[in-house]
Amino acid sequence: MQQVFKIPDCIKKDAKFTFCPGCDHGVALRLLGDAIDELGVREDTIAALCVGCSVFLYDFFDIDCLECPHGRATAEATGIKRARPDKFVFTYQGDGDFAAIGFAESMYTATRGEKVTSICINNTTYGMTGGQMGPTTILGQVTTTTPYGRSAELNGYPLKIAEHIALCDGTAFSARVSLDSVPNILKAKQAIKKACEVQVKGLGFGFVEILSGCPTNWKMTPQEAHKHIKEKMIPVFPLGVFKDVTAG
Amino acid sequence: MVKTLITGNKAIAQAAFDAGCDCYFSYPITPQTAIGEYLSEIMPKAGRAYVCAESEIASINMCIGAASTGAKAMTSSSSCAVALMQEGLSYATGDQLPIVLISVMRAGPGLGYIYPSQCDYNQAVTGGGNGDYQIPVLAPSTVQECIDLTHRAFYLAQKYRNPVIVLSDGLLGQMMEPAEFIKHPFPEIDNSDWILSGAKGREPRKIRSLEINEQKHNQNLQHLFDKYEQMKREEVLFEEINTEDADVILVAFGTMGRNIKAAMNLGRKQGVKIGIFRPITLFPFPEKRLFELADKTKKFIVAEMNMGQMVKDVKIAINGKAEVKHIGRPAGEWLDETEILDEVKSLIGECHAASV
Repeated sequence: MQQVFKIPDCIKKDAKFTFCPGCDHGVALRLLGDAIDELGVREDTIAALCVGCSVFLYDFFDIDCLECPHGRATAEATGIKRARPDKFVFTYQGDGDFAAIGFAESMYTATRGEKVTSICINNTTYGMTGGQMGPTTILGQVTTTTPYGRSAELNGYPLKIAEHIALCDGTAFSARVSLDSVPNILKAKQAIKKACEVQVKGLGFGFVEILSGCPTNWKMTPQEAHKHIKEKMIPVFPLGVFKDVTAG
Repeated sequence: MVKTLITGNKAIAQAAFDAGCDCYFSYPITPQTAIGEYLSEIMPKAGRAYVCAESEIASINMCIGAASTGAKAMTSSSSCAVALMQEGLSYATGDQLPIVLISVMRAGPGLGYIYPSQCDYNQAVTGGGNGDYQIPVLAPSTVQECIDLTHRAFYLAQKYRNPVIVLSDGLLGQMMEPAEFIKHPFPEIDNSDWILSGAKGREPRKIRSLEINEQKHNQNLQHLFDKYEQMKREEVLFEEINTEDADVILVAFGTMGRNIKAAMNLGRKQGVKIGIFRPITLFPFPEKRLFELADKTKKFIVAEMNMGQMVKDVKIAINGKAEVKHIGRPAGEWLDETEILDEVKSLIGECHAASV
């Protein structure tokens, strides 16, 4: 019988994810794991991990991992890659880590064209600390620090991460994808693989922003969270490839 | 061997290169920028990594990344910008990563000014990062020591898997002296059992300070403190002259060590029995030797270009066995030998007055 589904080799078989029920992190990790497996780079991979909901990734991945201070993972990735250009290096961060506290490091890693890959989960909130306003919280969204909804006047506007990264000359690939539906998950898989491939080919910085549901902090069911991504988030954060140096 | 006339900053840069520095990351700030300028010329030619980072926060974190792969990583900075690195230094101690930081002090607080100063003793020795940790601090007083202690810093960083600070200042960094470049005098440390290189044919490695099991977390911390105790046993360095018959011992670190030596020579000519004691390692601090010296000598003067930082460690070391005075100035024109000698004479005079 043909095997059509398996846990990626780079994810531990006995890993018990610490994510909340209905969270999309697990799907994102699986897609990244598939890309690493398909490119055959597991044994040459070094991950620079972040602070946030993905802080326990050390326990899920069957690869070498480095702890980084909040927001600094792309600086660590730069250091790793400059020291070992022969290794496959990625960061896996949330929107707060990548685009608030670490935005300077992220933008300059892209600008320098570091040959590393960054995956950024955008769930419009600080999940680990219980759902505060983050850099991508959409206008009107209620969080524990915007109890009346995010107001442009008081809190400014949500940040369009993938578009910013695409503006950097050192970026080889930048895309925004979503995990709200099977067709979008399949597109996300392609984008994540592409962001890894551009690193392997030495073309520059590879980046994917992933719109991801956070039912716990959004106070929704998983189904409602996916509906929320489709109806509320995608209109603010349009899906698509914003830069691809390999495109003909 | 031939001596070269060179500034302290450039001497450190060349010594780092000679010690095998693989990766250098930094951001410009006066008075240490010459280190980066020097390395920007020679590192790329030798196929080594040089990155002008977007901030000191980035440069220390790039060091963490490079060090995790076993590369010898260094950054350099000054005062208000070393302040930005405290988070990274705390992580590097918790993650047990060997990094060399060259800290070339200027005046503070805040932006302060580019005058040379010694106002970052506390910043280097007690640190500003979170958590229980220590960083070895080496304080050169000559350009030759800039070279020697930079070699030692790379060795200690590897030996203990811990960041190490070379604490220089704007005066030493920018003045020229003849000095001899030496071959790296220390053995290479085998790091093959912990570095990240990709989990090929072995279990994956995780470098992290995060530990949610309370007991394991305490064990990890105890391991850090076992290393610090070993440093205290094996790595203490100091210079001591004329302490045998001294009525007063002058204590200073770094560049000020030169000035207390001049004050001692001037005083001895006038019949004042002065000895000097210069800690070279500020952590581990030479507290045992100071405690012993206080058996015989009952007066110590600590001279610093700050308002009283190392003096606290001297007082702790001497533990009430002798009188400890401080003479200092925050920045700018350094205390010279006559000012220091005047302080000695006034202390001895006070003593005579008290005993009458």
